[in-house]
Amino acid sequence: MGEFVMPSLGADMEAGILVEWLKLPGATVKRGDIVAVVETDKGAIEVEIFEDAIIERLLVDVGTKVPVGTPLASLRTIGQTGSVGPVAAAPPRTAAKEQATPLPPPSATIMRPAARPPGMPAAGDATRQRASPAARRIALERGVDLSSVIGSGPGGAVISIDVEKAAGAAKPRTAERGPDLAAMRRAIGAAMARSKREIPHYYLSRTIDLTKATAWLESANAARAPADRLLLQVLTLRAVALALRGRPGFNGFHTAAGFQPSERIHIGTAVAIRGGGLVAPAIHDVDRLTLDELMGRLRDLVARVRAGTLRSSELADPTVTVSSLGERGADALFGIIYPPQVAILGFGAPALRPWIVGSAIEPRTIMTASLAADHRVTDGHAGSLLLADLDRLLQQPAQL
Amino acid sequence: MKRDDIRQLLLEELGNLAPEADLGTVPPDADLREALDLDSMDFLNLVMALHKRLAIDIPERDYAELRTIDGAIKYLAARAKD
Repeated sequence: MGEFVMPSLGADMEAGILVEWLKLPGATVKRGDIVAVVETDKGAIEVEIFEDAIIERLLVDVGTKVPVGTPLASLRTIGQTGSVGPVAAAPPRTAAKEQATPLPPPSATIMRPAARPPGMPAAGDATRQRASPAARRIALERGVDLSSVIGSGPGGAVISIDVEKAAGAAKPRTAERGPDLAAMRRAIGAAMARSKREIPHYYLSRTIDLTKATAWLESANAARAPADRLLLQVLTLRAVALALRGRPGFNGFHTAAGFQPSERIHIGTAVAIRGGGLVAPAIHDVDRLTLDELMGRLRDLVARVRAGTLRSSELADPTVTVSSLGERGADALFGIIYPPQVAILGFGAPALRPWIVGSAIEPRTIMTASLAADHRVTDGHAGSLLLADLDRLLQQPAQL
Repeated sequence: MKRDDIRQLLLEELGNLAPEADLGTVPPDADLREALDLDSMDFLNLVMALHKRLAIDIPERDYAELRTIDGAIKYLAARAKD
């Protein structure tokens, strides 16, 4: 048996509201499928599943607020035998229990690994009208005949909103797409206060000459249609990923168990939300992407931040964060580490400055790169080496 | 294509990028990046949309000419086909 739990979408999240089931009991789901939508301070987040499984039972009703880690559905791993009926009839949780949730383990085990006894095929769909548990409950309460309701859920299944409509109830629960900015501000405040309280930060900066990088970018983009053009941010992200490969002390999670470096490099990329607020969802495995692939991911991510359709994995697992102020930003940015990460890199606005090259003064495009890192893991010497690696990589843009 | 049509098309695309903005209040000579809080991804999306709708080439070195409403209309009107 496995469980699909309310994921932790960052250290600032304690609870979430289940707003929609996109898969129903009996559905076969593949790793990466979006199973539910959860409303958080960061907006409505699509929650993915991390194993191939069959949804067995839904344990939480739509509209319920539950703490991080609460099982939302029970799963049967594909190929797993087991009792066909419910193993333990867990009642749906209906009340939110507000509590200070301790930090989840780094990989935020959204799915617990299931045991794998020998195989049994998936159970077929029942012939009766498919409906979510919440829909059945509401139908019972309101005296609605489920078979007369047209379902709008997956596979035509009846979901609670359909029953409410059929019952003439004028209060369908719709998930607000887009974040509650006041709640997001509180959540950012709480996470940053905790970071400042618990993480002994140190700060370093290095001025990097981007003249070669911008010249390379200009000539690469000259031959490209607008849809294929690259942004400078793609070069800096890629350089960060390559620099981190050799400096594991900056990429990973610090938890009660100590620091665990991550082999994979998932860069939380800070994206501003129009009207205020900020999220830093992950671009996964940046060190393994080409510049064009990375540009595609960045474009997609920014579009989805603007549209309010982020996915759970993007919020749960950045191993490091990069914040770039862009061409109109301030000269430098000194970030606050997002726990349980151990480092954040900040890029100020690139600007034309008088610079000494050889023995002459030349106009060059200069950017200040900063690093805030966790003294429990590394110190300024290691941090300096990371920034030097980054500088060196950006001097050879064609190698990125 | 008439300047008025180009103006309308430009305002439409800017509205897509900054849906909350009242474009009528943006001075025609204001830097759009400041006035509408556009970042480099927004600006690239604007160029992509204009390129697609008007079928004109907008090389990166010309971006500076698109930074105000007046400048963009002038630039686009000179290149758009009838």
